[in-house]
Amino acid sequence: MTTVQEHAPNPAAGDPGRPIGYGRIQRKEDPRFVRGKGNYLDDIVLPGMLHGAVLRAPVAHARLVSIDTTEALAHPRVLAVITGKDLQALNLAWAPTLSADVQAVLVTDKVRFQGQEVAFVVAEDRYAARDALELIDVEYDVLPPVIDARRALDPDAPVIRDDIEGRTDNRIFDWEMGDAAETEAVFAAADVVVSQEVVYPRVHPAPMETCGAVADFDPVDGRLTLYETTQAPHAHRTLYAMVAGIPEHKIRVVSPDIGGGFGNKVGIYPGYVLAVVGSIVTGRPVKWVEDRSENLMSTSFARDYIMQGEIAATKEGKILAVRTSVLADHGAFNATAQPTKNPAGFFSIFTGSYDLKAAYCKVRGVYTNKAPGGVAYACSFRVTEAVYLVERMVDILARKLEMDPAELRLKNFIRPEQFPYANKTGWVYDSGNYEPAMRLSMQMAGYDELRREQLEKRERGELMGIGVAFFTETVGAGPRKHFDIVGLGMADGAELRVHPTGKAVVRISVQSQGQGHETTFAQIVAEELGIPPESIDVVHGDTDQTPFGLGTYGSRSTPVSGGAVALVARKVREKAKFIAAAMLEARPEDLEWEKGRWFVKGDPGAGKTIAEIALGAHGTMALPEGIDGNLDAEVTYDPPNLTFPFGAYICVVDVDAGTGAVKVRRFIAVDDCGTRINPMIIEGQVHGGLTDGVGMALMQIIAFDEDGNCLSGSFMDYLIPTAMEVPDWETGYTVTPSPHHPIGAKGIGESATVGSPPAIVNAIVDALAPYGVTHMDMPCTPARVWEAMQGRHGPPV
Amino acid sequence: MQIPAAFDYERASDVANALALLERHGPESRVIAGGHSLLPMMKLRLARPDWLIDINGLTELDFILREGDQLRVGALTRHTALLESADVAGLFPIIRDAERVIADPVVRNRGTIGGSLCQADPAEDLSTVCDVLRALTVIRGPAGQRTVPMADFHQGPYETAVAQNELLCEIRFPIRPRSGSAYEKVERRVGDWAVVAAGAAVALSADGTVDDAAIGLTAVGLDGTVPEAEAVLQGRQPHEDLFAEAGRIAAAACDPVADRRGPVDYKRHLVEELTRRVLRRACARAAGAGQG
Ligand SMILES: Cc1cc2nc3c(=O)[nH]c(=O)nc-3n(C[C@H](O)[C@H](O)[C@H](O)COP(=O)(O)OP(=O)(O)OC[C@H]3O[C@@H](n4cnc5c(N)ncnc54)[C@H](O)[C@@H]3O)c2cc1C
Repeated sequence: MTTVQEHAPNPAAGDPGRPIGYGRIQRKEDPRFVRGKGNYLDDIVLPGMLHGAVLRAPVAHARLVSIDTTEALAHPRVLAVITGKDLQALNLAWAPTLSADVQAVLVTDKVRFQGQEVAFVVAEDRYAARDALELIDVEYDVLPPVIDARRALDPDAPVIRDDIEGRTDNRIFDWEMGDAAETEAVFAAADVVVSQEVVYPRVHPAPMETCGAVADFDPVDGRLTLYETTQAPHAHRTLYAMVAGIPEHKIRVVSPDIGGGFGNKVGIYPGYVLAVVGSIVTGRPVKWVEDRSENLMSTSFARDYIMQGEIAATKEGKILAVRTSVLADHGAFNATAQPTKNPAGFFSIFTGSYDLKAAYCKVRGVYTNKAPGGVAYACSFRVTEAVYLVERMVDILARKLEMDPAELRLKNFIRPEQFPYANKTGWVYDSGNYEPAMRLSMQMAGYDELRREQLEKRERGELMGIGVAFFTETVGAGPRKHFDIVGLGMADGAELRVHPTGKAVVRISVQSQGQGHETTFAQIVAEELGIPPESIDVVHGDTDQTPFGLGTYGSRSTPVSGGAVALVARKVREKAKFIAAAMLEARPEDLEWEKGRWFVKGDPGAGKTIAEIALGAHGTMALPEGIDGNLDAEVTYDPPNLTFPFGAYICVVDVDAGTGAVKVRRFIAVDDCGTRINPMIIEGQVHGGLTDGVGMALMQIIAFDEDGNCLSGSFMDYLIPTAMEVPDWETGYTVTPSPHHPIGAKGIGESATVGSPPAIVNAIVDALAPYGVTHMDMPCTPARVWEAMQGRHGPPV
Repeated sequence: MQIPAAFDYERASDVANALALLERHGPESRVIAGGHSLLPMMKLRLARPDWLIDINGLTELDFILREGDQLRVGALTRHTALLESADVAGLFPIIRDAERVIADPVVRNRGTIGGSLCQADPAEDLSTVCDVLRALTVIRGPAGQRTVPMADFHQGPYETAVAQNELLCEIRFPIRPRSGSAYEKVERRVGDWAVVAAGAAVALSADGTVDDAAIGLTAVGLDGTVPEAEAVLQGRQPHEDLFAEAGRIAAAACDPVADRRGPVDYKRHLVEELTRRVLRRACARAAGAGQG
């Protein structure tokens, strides 16, 4: 790997070898992680702390007949057993979801998915809590479940949500985007139309750290301190205030170090609420940490989209329109975490990176007897599904037209001069320059040489495939007028204080789950103020310590909070100018900024560094009119638009014709996330996302049997890729800054997860071309690849 | 965190002590070696022994010894030791082939050959290896020591000749001249249990014909080797057509079930394909091998 020095070092900052702002520096948070000194949820121990455990339903659909907790309560180390009845008395049996639905905290009437929360035991230790679960006697009256989303609207399908007044079927929503008639007209006139059902199976983010909470309710002053594995501490606090009736100023939510989120830790899980109830009931702190099976079986899954795709083109390969009809399985409660007005998230970006004449999609969401969730696993609010669909369809079209898939893409890209580009479903792409990224990836791959090698191998009967995918992401929600979560606008605050000695602290609302916020945000301040990143502390994850904001998901930290941090630093810089002017006895308009100091135009010797100005601000000098005695500022940043990162990915696979086993031999990823802050962190995000992509493409699915038993409840059955399944990643980049973002940055957290699955599947399908295979659904396990080779490929179950 | 039901624990000092402890604590006591099969089952509360008798201190069961015409391997020998042993690799390349694809380094550092054989999981790899190498097991119990050939060791999934109050102490592999062996496994991901695996061992006569062949299959519902397929090779010059025929017979002989790893016909296809591959490799190795 080569080291790129992207920004000139700042001579004023001392060490000339170190970048003062953007550039490749080691992560500030890593010393504590690599030394085992991180502070994760399960590391938290409070005096007198008790432990909770959740009893979960063994069946997918059943009426709750009775619960007998006598024996469990008699266990010598058990303090409380909480059931749905107890919660009903507190009006807490049901809680609102992030998608205008409700979800049972504990079952009161009916079990709606296997693994659903039925009772909560609070005991002196976690062993006793687990043992006591076996002492609770529950009687169920088993009902037929709805497992296959395709059958959810059958006239005889059992109604899952009979808790909702007037519900007679399992439909959640119908939603459409684009112009149906216009699209139909384009399709009718097109030379070539291809269609394909494309399934994105249910997968799970499976963060290394499972979810958990420590609730500490102080009965004296009514204060709740809640430590939680959450990606959105502020949104959670507001929701708890709304639901639990504890006034917001009495709630402190702390998100400690988080061992991976990927969207799994956005929502509020019953376990968190139960920890709170447990603490209120016992008057002692209560810790609840789920185990791996609980995480896989009950927390927010991802995808589960059955997409009927169609693409229309001229016979010369000009793509005219894309159309799709989607069946979305949302599980038993509509608990996806997405902006209120977007029931299918940002799926309508399925128009991809292409200049289309028309586009139309409709999405139907249904309930099934499966765990709730749906937006998770680094999906950028369903951009993952959208990109997968369009990139598979373009490949299928290429095959039909007998065109090279890279050439076909190059022919249809939105051209640089068309940006900002308004697509056919209402998005305005901020900036893009697709062809150079595509060409760079082809050059890195040695594309023509690979195609030659493939031809030779095919003659020998060997199966080699080359897959191309080009994606455009849409990340960084707001603006707040368009995007909110339960009415909270998606804008982020930031506060910056420069201490008298010139060291600084920046407080942000977003919470890192491993993305390196403590480094990236310090680097943004460093770039703007010209003080070194190590002189800047980043405070996050504690609602008592940080300004309000909506949290980390949808790759929004850099696009939104990054913008806030740049702007708050500029505000401080501007204030510093006035103080510097007073110190230098000059007029502010006669000062000029160079990284780290204000100086008098034409007299570079007469200047003041940020540290000198900070001391001045806090000292005894007379301050200019209207300037108070500090070097602090705060802002709330409401982004004017989303940002649209993009990338060109090429994957090379070898398939063992005798066994169907796939080996990802090479993977070339060219990403454009606009301005690059710390290239090492960007590469880390890309490496992780690509590895996720290999997992989804080759091995992952949350599967169910026909009774609704989850078949993927452990890492023996739900497979996570290892170093052995991934190649040495080859990464490259282009830089097309966002025109509206304060520093031009676009976000990189999810690009690779979005872009890699289609590249891998396209490569596998390409490898199988001699067998006449034009499509196969993930996961491409050896058995499924072999079945595809036999011409009997089916959707995953 | 998954938490097992309550249990008691005692650490044995030697084989005699381990046997005495098993006797004392009765039928609800279980030996624990590497713990990589037993502990996951306990955490899922599928196994709930009252007592664990820890045999990890029994260094007398941790050895790899070449003695005359056999290789003796102690039951407490870790996967890693088998993987790294030059003796093993030279004499029985199938063991190294298999060990490379058993679990991951963390599991291999603790898991033992004795635990693997006693667990007798249908997808377990070393049982197939021991089957085709026609190994002998050495078992000790209150009544003393007995040797049991692999053919009689397995008594169905998770069932072996080792009684609850006995210990598997040693596995003995006969060393044969002009022999070769190989193992190949298809898995969904490294460290996963086999979709299907096949192992073969062959010994050649001086004229290059097959003197003895053994074929074993993993995870396809077959105990022991596949005599019908082995018979095809007997006395013949190794040849692709023979391997293919043996593969077809093996595919017909096995009894796989459909599961998350694949449908029945795919598993049969793999048996055919892998049998062919391991025979080819075992014969090539035998042809290159010396007098042993
Ligand atoms: C993630 C993972 C992946 C794995 N993948 C594979 C794989 O791909 N292929 C494979 O073959 N295996 C695999 N294994 C199993 C692994 O090889 C285990 O180590 C092995 O099966 C058991 O060995 P152990 O020493 O850990 O046995 P333990 O778990 O200690 O014991 C297993 C059983 O054997 C009994 N036992 C142990 N030693 C003796 C003895 N000397 N005498 C009598 N009884 C005894 C115990 O009482 C227990 O019933 C995997 C395990 C894990 C955790």
